[in-house]
Amino acid sequence: MTPFRLDGLRTAPAQLWGSVRLVPLVRDEPVPRLRLHRRVYGEPPAAVRVGDGTAYTAFIPHAFVATWDGDGDAAPAASYGTRLLEREARPAPPRMPVRPLRRMARKAGRDRLRFLPLHLAVEGYLALHFGGPEIAWEEWSRRAVAHGLSPRCEEAYLGLEVRGLEDALRIFEIHPGQCGVLVYVADALASAFVTPHADDYRALHPTLVEDMFGEQIYRYGVMGLPAGEVSAPLGEAGIRSLADLRAAAARRRAEWAAFHDEVMAGRLFDPAGTHRPVQHLRGFRLSRFLPSFAPGRENHIGETITDADGRVAYLKSFRLSEGQIRRGYLLTRLAAHGWRLSATAAALGIDEAALALRLERSGFGYLLRQDVLDHYRSVSRRDRPRDSPR
Amino acid sequence: MSETFADLIACEDVLMFVNAAITSTGQREFQYFAGDQRLSLEFLHEYMLENYRELYATALALDVNDHNAVIVIRNLLVRAGDVDVARRRSEGRLIARRLELLPQHRVYRLFRDLRRRGVNNRRTRAILRDWLAGRRDPAFDAVKYRGALKAAVRHAHLALDGEMRTFLFAPHSVKAFRTPIFEQWRRAHYEKAAVYELPFTVAEGFAARHGIPREVFLERIEPRMTRLERLRLRESARKAQVEAVGAHADLEGMPLTRLASYALSLAPADRAARRAELTGALHAAARRVAGPDAGRWGKVTAVLDDSYSSSGSGQKRRRPLAVALAASHLLAVLASEYRAMWTSGRTDDLLVRPSGPTPLGERILDALATGPDRIVIVSDGHDNAPPGLAADVLRIWRTRLDPGHSVAITHLNPVYDADDFDVRRLAPTVPTAGIRDAEDLPALVELARFAEGRVGLADLRAHLDVQVARFLEVPA
Repeated sequence: MTPFRLDGLRTAPAQLWGSVRLVPLVRDEPVPRLRLHRRVYGEPPAAVRVGDGTAYTAFIPHAFVATWDGDGDAAPAASYGTRLLEREARPAPPRMPVRPLRRMARKAGRDRLRFLPLHLAVEGYLALHFGGPEIAWEEWSRRAVAHGLSPRCEEAYLGLEVRGLEDALRIFEIHPGQCGVLVYVADALASAFVTPHADDYRALHPTLVEDMFGEQIYRYGVMGLPAGEVSAPLGEAGIRSLADLRAAAARRRAEWAAFHDEVMAGRLFDPAGTHRPVQHLRGFRLSRFLPSFAPGRENHIGETITDADGRVAYLKSFRLSEGQIRRGYLLTRLAAHGWRLSATAAALGIDEAALALRLERSGFGYLLRQDVLDHYRSVSRRDRPRDSPR
Repeated sequence: MSETFADLIACEDVLMFVNAAITSTGQREFQYFAGDQRLSLEFLHEYMLENYRELYATALALDVNDHNAVIVIRNLLVRAGDVDVARRRSEGRLIARRLELLPQHRVYRLFRDLRRRGVNNRRTRAILRDWLAGRRDPAFDAVKYRGALKAAVRHAHLALDGEMRTFLFAPHSVKAFRTPIFEQWRRAHYEKAAVYELPFTVAEGFAARHGIPREVFLERIEPRMTRLERLRLRESARKAQVEAVGAHADLEGMPLTRLASYALSLAPADRAARRAELTGALHAAARRVAGPDAGRWGKVTAVLDDSYSSSGSGQKRRRPLAVALAASHLLAVLASEYRAMWTSGRTDDLLVRPSGPTPLGERILDALATGPDRIVIVSDGHDNAPPGLAADVLRIWRTRLDPGHSVAITHLNPVYDADDFDVRRLAPTVPTAGIRDAEDLPALVELARFAEGRVGLADLRAHLDVQVARFLEVPA
C-alpha cells in the first residue's frame, strides 16, 4: 500500500473554503454487504436500506457513543475502536462506559450521532493501536474527565475548534455517490475518511466537526491562510473547437486526481509502517495501521475495513502531531522489546530511570506501577548530585 | 476616449452597489451569516452616500429590494442637511414615490427606525404626513398597524381628527365607535363573532386570546385573508383539514418567483401530482411578465444552478433555486427556442431539488454546444466541480472561439457575497448582475451590459435618468 490508492474510489475536484480544502472521494458502486450499524442512524433505529435486501455486516466507528441494551445499566458507552458486527448483534461491541458525559449527550440532538470528546478518543486510539490495556484507558479517561488533561500530554482538538472547518463542512456540496473525504487544512492532510456506502457517508458527514485533529492542524487553522487553487488554468493554445475545450477540461480533471493521489495524499499510508489485522467477519477484515513514527514527517494512524478482494470499504485516519509522534516512537520501541524497560533503555542508549521518567513526561505515567515509578524517581534524584561536580 | 479613470471607477462602484442592493436582504445566505451580510451592506451604503449621493438616490428608481430601499431612504433623511434645497426636493420626490410602492409594514418600520435615531427634521415630518395622507383606507390601516401608526403619529406631531385620535390614544374612553372597523375591533375584545370581521393578523391575536381552535378560526377568517396570506397558510391549513383556504388560494394571480418558491416548498410527490396546476400557473405568470417581448429573444439556453448551495438558508429557503426555476419559465416564454441545463443534469424542472456539487463549467460547455444566440446563467457563482472551470471555459470561448460576441452570455447571481461587496463573478469577460426576483430578468440583462465595461459612465447616467423619469411619471 505505498502510494495513496483506493480501488473503486475516484478523486473528485476539491472544494475550498478559506484554508480548508475538502477532497471528495466518489464510488461508482457501493461496497456490497457492509453498512454502518443502524444504531448510528439514531434512535429509534431507522431501517437502513440495503441495495440487495440481503443480510449485511455492520460496523461501528471508533468512539461512537450510544446506549446499548442488554447491558444491565443503560449508561451510554463509547465503542472502543471500530468494530465489525453481525447485523442484529445482541452483544454490544467492546466499549467504555462514559458516565460523566451527560452534558455532551444532552447537547447533541436526539437523533444526532454522539462521539466521545476527542482527547479521550485519541488516547484510546493510541492505547488501542499498541494493544495497551483497556482498563488503563478507562481509568485514564475517568481521570481526564474528572481532572482535565495533564498539561504534559498532547491535546487533540475538536473539528469545531479548527477555524474554518465547520463552515467548510457546512457549505460542502456532497457529490452524488460520494463515499469519502480527505480533509486538508492549509494543504496539510488532516484526516481521511471513507465509508462503504454513500448513505453512510451522508449520515456521518456532519460528525466530522466532532472529529479529532492534532495540534498542528489546529495551528494551521488559526493562521487562516487561504489555500490557493492548485491546478493551473486551462491554456488557450491548441484549442480550436468546443470539443478541444471539453477534452482539455477532462485532461485537467485527470491531472488533478493524479496530482492529488500522488503528491497531496501520498504520505497517508507509510510504506515502513505496520499493519495489524484485528477482526475477521464474513469476508471483511478490520485492521489498524501505524506509521513508522519518523519524526518530522507526516504520520497517520488509522483503521481500515477491507473486503475479500482487498478493496477498502472503510477508512478513518488521524494525523499525529509532533508530540504524539514522539510518544508513538517511545511506545513502538517498548513494544519492539517486549515492553521490557531495561532492553528498551539499552536500545535507546539511556538508562532505565531516564526512560521511565521520559515515559512519565510523555503522559504515559499510568502505564507504570506507582512504586516502580517512585523507585526510578529516587534513583534519578540520587544520581543527579553524584554527577554534578562539587 | 473621454472616459477618465475616475469615471470607470464610479461606473464600477455604482454597479457594485446596485448588484448588492438588488440581492442582499441582510438575511442569512448559504455561505454567509446575517451579521456578515448586514455589516457589509451598511458599509456599502455609507460609501455610496458619501461619494455618489446623487447616484445613490437614483437607486430608489431601480429594482433594488425593499430592504435596501428602506436603508437608502433612511440614510438620505438622516443626512438631509448635507445637500442644497434643489437636490433635497428631487430626492424627496424619489422617496415619496418609493414609499408608495413599499409594503406598509416596511414603511412603518422605517418610521420607527427614524424615531429611534432621533431624526425629526421638517422634511421627514412632511414625508410622513404626505404618505399617511395618501393611504386609501386609513381606518383599516389604523386597526392593522395600530402600534406602528401610533408611534409614527406621535413622532411627527400629527394632529388627528375625530375617532382616529380616540382609537389610537384612548380607545377605552368611548362606549362605541361610529367607524365600523373600529367598532368591530372594540367588540372583538369580548365577542368571538366580531373577530372574523378584522384583518387576519389582528384577528389571529384575538383568536388566541379567546382560545378559538385553529381549524375553526382558519375556516371562518378565510374570506378576510389577503392573497399572500392564503398562499402562505395553504399547506398548514391543509394539515389542519381546512379546505376553504386551499380552495380559494388562486395560483393564477401570483407573482412568478413567489409561485416558484411555493412549488419548491411542496414535497416532490405533491409536485408531481399537481404538475398541471403548478406548471400552468408558472407559465401564466411568466407570460404576464414577458408581455410583448414573448418569443423575441431567439434561441436561448439557460444554465441553472440546483446544487446544494441553492438551498439558501433558514431565512431564505430555497431562494436561489426558486429564482432559477422562475427564470427558467420566464426564459422559456421569452425565447423562440429554449433549452434548460440544470447543473445536476436533471431534466424535469418541476422536480428539482438542491443537492450535489456545481459543475458549472461542464454545463456551460453543454450549453455552448447547443449553438444558442444567448446564454443566461443563473448561479451563485461558486463553481466547484472542478473549481474555476467555468471561468476558463468562458475566457477561452470569448478569446479563441467567439471573439465576435455572436453568443450573448449573461450571468445572473441571486446571492450577495459579503466579503467582496458584490455578487460573485464567473469571468471578467462575462457580465454579472444581481437578481432577486426573476421578474426583473429582462431589465437586469440590459443593466448587465454596463458591467462588461464597454459602456461608460455617461451612458450609465443616461440610462439611470431614463429609469428615474419612468419611475416618477407613473401615477400612484
